Amino acid sequence: MNRNRALTPIYLLTGLAAILVALPFFVGNYALSVATLILYFAYTGQAWNVMMGFAGQLSLGHALYVGVGAYAAGALFFYYGIGPWAGLWLAIALCVALGLVIGFLAFRFGISGVYFALLTIAFAEFTRIGFDHFGWTGGPGGMFLRVAQRDTWDLANFRGPPLMYYYAMLFLTAGAFALCAWLLRSRAGYYWQAIREDEEAARALGINAFRWKLLAVAISAAMTAVAGVFFAFYYNNLFPEQIFHISRSIEIILGPVIGGVGTLFGPLLGAAVLTLLSDGISDALNALGLDIPGVKQVFYGLVLLCVVMFLPHGIWPPIARRLRL
Amino acid sequence: MPAADLVANVVVSGILTGLVYGLMALGLSVIFGVVRVVNFAHGEMMTIAMYMATVLFAALKLDPFLAMLPVAAAFFVFGYALQAGLINPFITRPEHSQFMLLVAVAIILVNAMLMVFGPDARNVQVDYQLESFELGPLLVDKARLFAAIAAVVAAAAFFAFFRYTLTGKAIRACADNYLGARIVGLNVKHLYALTFGLGAVCVAIAGCAMVLLVDVTPPLGPSYTLLAFVIVIVGGLGSMGGALLGGVLIGVSEALAGLFITPSAKSMFSFGLLILVLLLRPQGLLGKRA
Amino acid sequence: MSLLEVRSVSKRFRGLRAVHDASFDVPQGEIYGLIGPNGAGKTTTFNMIAGVYAPDSGEILFGSAPIHGLRADQVCAAGIGRTFQIVKPFAGLSVLDNVMVGAFLRERQARAARELSVRILERLGLGAKRELPASSLTLPDRKRLEVARALATRPKLLLLDEVMAGLRPTECDQMIAVFRELNRADGTTILLIEHVMRAVMALARHICVLHHGEVIARGTPQEVVRNPAVLECYLGEETEV
Repeated sequence: MNRNRALTPIYLLTGLAAILVALPFFVGNYALSVATLILYFAYTGQAWNVMMGFAGQLSLGHALYVGVGAYAAGALFFYYGIGPWAGLWLAIALCVALGLVIGFLAFRFGISGVYFALLTIAFAEFTRIGFDHFGWTGGPGGMFLRVAQRDTWDLANFRGPPLMYYYAMLFLTAGAFALCAWLLRSRAGYYWQAIREDEEAARALGINAFRWKLLAVAISAAMTAVAGVFFAFYYNNLFPEQIFHISRSIEIILGPVIGGVGTLFGPLLGAAVLTLLSDGISDALNALGLDIPGVKQVFYGLVLLCVVMFLPHGIWPPIARRLRL
Repeated sequence: MPAADLVANVVVSGILTGLVYGLMALGLSVIFGVVRVVNFAHGEMMTIAMYMATVLFAALKLDPFLAMLPVAAAFFVFGYALQAGLINPFITRPEHSQFMLLVAVAIILVNAMLMVFGPDARNVQVDYQLESFELGPLLVDKARLFAAIAAVVAAAAFFAFFRYTLTGKAIRACADNYLGARIVGLNVKHLYALTFGLGAVCVAIAGCAMVLLVDVTPPLGPSYTLLAFVIVIVGGLGSMGGALLGGVLIGVSEALAGLFITPSAKSMFSFGLLILVLLLRPQGLLGKRA
Repeated sequence: MSLLEVRSVSKRFRGLRAVHDASFDVPQGEIYGLIGPNGAGKTTTFNMIAGVYAPDSGEILFGSAPIHGLRADQVCAAGIGRTFQIVKPFAGLSVLDNVMVGAFLRERQARAARELSVRILERLGLGAKRELPASSLTLPDRKRLEVARALATRPKLLLLDEVMAGLRPTECDQMIAVFRELNRADGTTILLIEHVMRAVMALARHICVLHHGEVIARGTPQEVVRNPAVLECYLGEETEV
């Protein structure tokens, strides 16, 4: 293999990492919060990607894991003052259990494709309405977490300035990226791709497809649960209508679908393009005095439509080819 | 424990509303069953029909039942164009690609409605909405009864079309065997577009009927989409009778859930039912095993 | 010593008797042929051995251990590799990656899996094409890939499902050479279902003939070819020698 070809991705990665680490020194708090949002979507997109891009199962109810993770950690903090680091484990445990239930039911009963997607939607909707009626977590009125201070870094309770949240999200996104890169090259990655390409042929090669698909679901759910915990302690208020809503699930998939399902850079690129462009459009419309609700989402829809029609594998693959990666 | 005649009234009301749901779902069943497209924008289309009915009423004092004609015509054209222009090229693409396409359309439609009409509820106000028929202990809303009748008549017309006309049979042939249909010379792309147009007509009629029963807001779009899928899956894919039966079942269960539990939890029941059906009897009540 | 023993297996599909009371033994280290006209029950028998479905009655023993009723992946783990009649490459992966999927069954580390895969590809003459996408291969190469992938699972028994179908005579001869070599050098036992008599006669030490789901003859190719029952139902009508 050409040595130069092998080095280019490393140069690019290091460059990107350097830019992201140094970013706070060049921009203000607003831009930082936008960057944090981009990273959040890149992270959740990457988590979703494990299920879709790797194991080939289309989940349109991923908001379920964000919500359950957020409420789990949030409730522990709200009622018992237990910090996010401990709450994290409950969040992950609950979400993995949920994911395994959904996966088990679906795969055992041979549900796939559209029906699987509908099943995931049904579970998310069911949970949304359930939480609307669940008094202990505040019902439809929501749960509000105490915010003591926001000036100094309090990692134990995950409280601090926007800078802290930015670096936390950067760390999570980098971790997700590394995890996925490692998985792709490992036995798991090969097996998942085989299952996605041709499950029957995969089984003939000794792959227990059922178990491996469940593993993908579990990892995806666990990763998304962490995003939920972040969400809880970043925004500090949780409403079932908001956090479990199907729009959240759709937001999660927009990044990877636009960037490139199954690729490593897809979710990050897609999240960046989408957030930056939509912010740009929002600002432009505000400047023109046209601040109508719904415009931003119409824009999302149009971008998604164009990408699905003209770049079905996402924006990243053609760029990767140009860069000869 | 509510009184027996209250329960009876609620059940009847559920059946009638369910028939309108059934017509909406019939459109999806036809589209999903024939063209194999997961029309994720189905509920949004229904909501647009409802809005059109309100606009025609506000501007021309047109009764929703009369509005059905122009709205259905417009929807036929829209449905045909959507399939021919946007979706037909996607037939050979992988499933999740098609799905995303319609998700995009749905997002655009629901937010376009939000932009144009705003978030506040709209409705129509006709005289007979406040009147009801007395049938013994039952008190049946006139509007609801008329809506249900319209739904049944429309469904019967569709049934007859697919059963007895040449075009209808051609469409069913495409559904059964895409390649075979092309080999015998059927213009499948045209038939697909026609089917989508007809499915859209179902939605148009159902929407005009529904606007007499419910106020319309943009978020209704996604919930009707999900509802339509629940009905189609419960009733059975590819079965027109199943769509109506599923609609009635969902209508009644929602009404009863609203009575016995709480109105806002009624969709929970539908989703629970969907999960059960997907797991235990994926071909639905009247569908054929794939 | 028999590596695979099929004992009185039967299978019905809703009233259609696909296989009835079929028995044969595949000796260790041999190439064994399973032939018969279309609809004779060869593929059903094959699928029962491969774990696609379980026999309604009867037993299948692999190295004295029962494998009937095991799932396809369990059968592979036990040491039986199979190819598909209509090849199923992982189209989105490269040739090498395809084989690596198979290799990972026995080698947990990617590097060892890759080394094993490269060796197998070299052996089957696909070494130079290993970075190409599997979808770009010609049919004969795809068949070799299918065999390579199955070989990567280090099977003791290789099941070949009409692997010669669609190949021209020269390509067929090349495949015959490959299997002969595999059998000779590694002692891999091979069970092949075939229509192409040229291949069966060239490779098989023993043959079992199925007709309407029943075994009507077993023996060496020379014996089977002269068997009157076989001649009447099968070889008399369609022979491709």
